[in-house]
Amino acid sequence: MTAEPARSTACSSGAIPQPPGLSETDPSETELARAAALAAEIVDPELPVLTVGELGILRRVLPVACGGVAVELTPTYSGCPAVEVIVSDVRAALSAAGYEPVEVRVVRDPPWSSAWISPTGREKLRAAGISVGPPSEASDDSSGLVDLVRCPACGSLAVRRLSPFGPTACTALYACRDCGEPFEHLKAVS
Amino acid sequence: MTADAASGHPGMDGARAPATAAPGSEAPLGAPVTSPGLGDEPAGALRDAARAYVLGLGDDALILSHRLTEWVTRAPALEEELALANVALDLLGQARGLLERAGQLGGPASTADDLAYLRDARGFRNCLLVELENGDFARTMARQLLFSAWQLPLYERLRHSNDSALAGVAAAGAREAAYHLDHAALWVRRLGDGTDESHRRMQEGLDAVWPYAAELFLPEPFEGGLVLGALVQRELAVDPAALEPVWSATVHQVVTEATLEVPTGDWRPAGGRQGLHTEAFGFLLAELQSLRRTEPEASW
Repeated sequence: MTAEPARSTACSSGAIPQPPGLSETDPSETELARAAALAAEIVDPELPVLTVGELGILRRVLPVACGGVAVELTPTYSGCPAVEVIVSDVRAALSAAGYEPVEVRVVRDPPWSSAWISPTGREKLRAAGISVGPPSEASDDSSGLVDLVRCPACGSLAVRRLSPFGPTACTALYACRDCGEPFEHLKAVS
Repeated sequence: MTADAASGHPGMDGARAPATAAPGSEAPLGAPVTSPGLGDEPAGALRDAARAYVLGLGDDALILSHRLTEWVTRAPALEEELALANVALDLLGQARGLLERAGQLGGPASTADDLAYLRDARGFRNCLLVELENGDFARTMARQLLFSAWQLPLYERLRHSNDSALAGVAAAGAREAAYHLDHAALWVRRLGDGTDESHRRMQEGLDAVWPYAAELFLPEPFEGGLVLGALVQRELAVDPAALEPVWSATVHQVVTEATLEVPTGDWRPAGGRQGLHTEAFGFLLAELQSLRRTEPEASW
């Protein structure tokens, strides 16, 4: 990689315009925390009740050369189609807030775990009719097939799986035997 | 697929591109700070072999993903339509990560999109199994069983690779492959141990795809022994032959439970890893690449 010299040239030559108020030095801790908070508020387009912070896909916000920030995201599944939109939304939000340059990186290792969903996120999912188990219920089974599922409408555990694949990569389709409610379950993976 | 998502390259952000930038400037303004992969990148013949190996795995995922999307609007039930599209999406995500990595391992500078859309058939290194036409649902499930039963132990080993990009794809890919395997095994058992008609068609599907699985366990055509050994030693690759026992155990168990016969016969077609594909592959590729080749400047 020859990125180092190219970037420092870009920095000193002013090829990347520096917004007023930000120096060419690393952003301060405060600025990084503000950037992380801004990134965490971006909404997942596939599960619009959740922010990326609540879903647990926001890994880190780091300083990069020229006073910019890098945001690291981990997709829930390899082919998660929401990643494109999230990457672009995070970049737009941080650019609008004056960060420059903004890099958004997709980090695949370690893979996302459903245990990373925040307690607030779990509550919001249930309120939206999407079942999700507490982190302790995530199974050791890598397939995620053994999973405690509770009907989000009536709370019954008497449910049946209609299909292991739901409308998004991270959910499966279930129906409640007691109240009849069909619902999505966010699969436990670890 | 666009590579911008993973590389963080700001090329798509035209509004902020400096007006005075020299045309064709090589300066990667927002290039990744760190290159994923080895701290000590492979060089020479080893690098070429690593690229070919990763390209083969990426092409497997890409081409099977495309085949599975052909089921969309044609699946036997809505749930299966979702299932096949989901499996295809998982494979597409894996393909993207693998092709991005292959593009970093030498050859002309290429993104995952370049590799997917701008190579001709001879440049594709996928195994023949994944390019076979779908046939009926039973044949597709037979192909899924044979492929997933191979991909799962492959990814379980590659997740410990020294190459962090490869390990990252494999870590998420392993649990996806496990899910795909469960799904395929369920259908093979249900159809095999079902009605006379479903049993007959499941056996026919299995017979049709079975000979193509042998290619998965052949030595990579580039190796001549030494290079593959070096890749395996550096945990950049898995010896294909080492996967056969676990694959065989998985597949035999499912086939037996499904009350089906394990096909016999000595015909073992191969050549996909050398770019020698079946007749059906040209038609697949024409459709896969038609938009990009017709409208090279198209963007979202």
